[in-house]
Amino acid sequence: MDTFLNNTPLTEEHVALGAKMVGFGGWNMPLQYEPILSEWEYNRKTVSLFDCSHMGEFMIKGGAKDSGLDRIVIQAIADMPVNSCRYGAMLNDSGGVIDDLIVYRKGPQDWMIVVNAANIEKDARHFRENLNASASFEDASFKTAKLDLQGPQSRDVLKALAPGIEQLSYYTFDQFKINGVPCLISRTGYTGELGYEIYCPWEKCKEIWKTILTHATVKTTGLGVRDVLRVEMCYSLYGHELEETISPLEAGLDKFIDGQKDFIGRQAVSGKPASRTIGYLTSASRKSPRAGNKIFDAAGNEIGLVTSGTFSPALQAGIGIGMMSRHSKDAGIGVFFGDEKSKSAAVVVKRPFYKHGSLKS
Amino acid sequence: MEIEENFLYTKEHEWVSIEDNIATMGITDYAQEALGDVTYVELPEEEAEVEQFEQFVSVESVKAASDIYSPMGGRVIEVNRKLEDTPGLINKDCYGKGWIAKVDVRDMDESTNLMSADEYRNYLDTLAH
Repeated sequence: MDTFLNNTPLTEEHVALGAKMVGFGGWNMPLQYEPILSEWEYNRKTVSLFDCSHMGEFMIKGGAKDSGLDRIVIQAIADMPVNSCRYGAMLNDSGGVIDDLIVYRKGPQDWMIVVNAANIEKDARHFRENLNASASFEDASFKTAKLDLQGPQSRDVLKALAPGIEQLSYYTFDQFKINGVPCLISRTGYTGELGYEIYCPWEKCKEIWKTILTHATVKTTGLGVRDVLRVEMCYSLYGHELEETISPLEAGLDKFIDGQKDFIGRQAVSGKPASRTIGYLTSASRKSPRAGNKIFDAAGNEIGLVTSGTFSPALQAGIGIGMMSRHSKDAGIGVFFGDEKSKSAAVVVKRPFYKHGSLKS
Repeated sequence: MEIEENFLYTKEHEWVSIEDNIATMGITDYAQEALGDVTYVELPEEEAEVEQFEQFVSVESVKAASDIYSPMGGRVIEVNRKLEDTPGLINKDCYGKGWIAKVDVRDMDESTNLMSADEYRNYLDTLAH
């Protein structure tokens, strides 16, 4: 039985250009154009273009507090300057993570919320149920396409197309025009490299994508390498490190929580100290930890579960993220991953795995 | 998709080339293409006894681990140690330098359970539809 998959404005282009396609979060997406190791190298050293039109965008109008938005998200938003963005999450009543998200402040009473593709429907429901009647809410996910231009050379490419882009500092955004088409461009990303996320009208996406690709230095890339890049940076992915059954404290989101304000799930979270926490492992070999592998201490006791794993081209070793007992997550501790039959050695390390990204350059 | 004419094949996309009772084994072009960049190969122990179609090797790509099944039963007499540092040989030359193991065959009749190059080509066609 075929599962129905949504297409982005670029799905046909990806197929025509020979990308290997994959279903992700209900969308038909390019997994890779070239071998993942080549795409990795290109992104870390040059510049790559990702189609992220599958992600969800919500438009909210209303004051930070009057609208109810401030009470829905864990991060502080009332103090956000216009044209800045802030990462955070929203929780259910029992303190589990419904989704992680980025809040964009477009004006004093004008917000864009960017959420994960697989969660668009449930997130929209949560906003509609919890925003105040005075606020307006629009799910613009199917009108808003998103292209991520990521890599150390992304600024050089984009400044010719969107003059003024070089003024953007990390986690800020502004309105630009590419070929006369209005785009919201933020200096954000999911790779650890200098990069931009370009939000544009769905029907203009193909045109903008082609314009960016006329730059000989830019290569299209897929979700396969995106996952490697984000694991190397220790960025969480919903469905792996974030779940409704995982609290933000366990997921390491504490630093994004505004402790001064009231928000949905706050009570449940503050009343429940985390017994497990997110940890990071580097394999002693090229063998990679994989999601679902168990984590054992040196004595063979089970102490956790791998939530994401991959081979790291940067480290030339397997790397993994996992939920582990609090006592075992300190850097330098030797652990094992695998199952009862086959265990492989690893060491707990500090985040991120990849420390040489151009992110803030 | 490249197929070596004189090799025999499994439905799991392993190949075997048998000469003087010694079976050299690896994974096919179709398999390496499907896996993508191979990053790690867990080789079998030399001297280990394997059964036909028994899992004896694990091959990892960037994103996944896959079990590899021995096309013939017998005793492992040699493994390709070059794969420990350069597992990408499997992508570059899956029928040559990317061989995985050599097995001293126990029962040559087991080869009747394998596909010829033509049969494997037809089998790949059925997978494409």
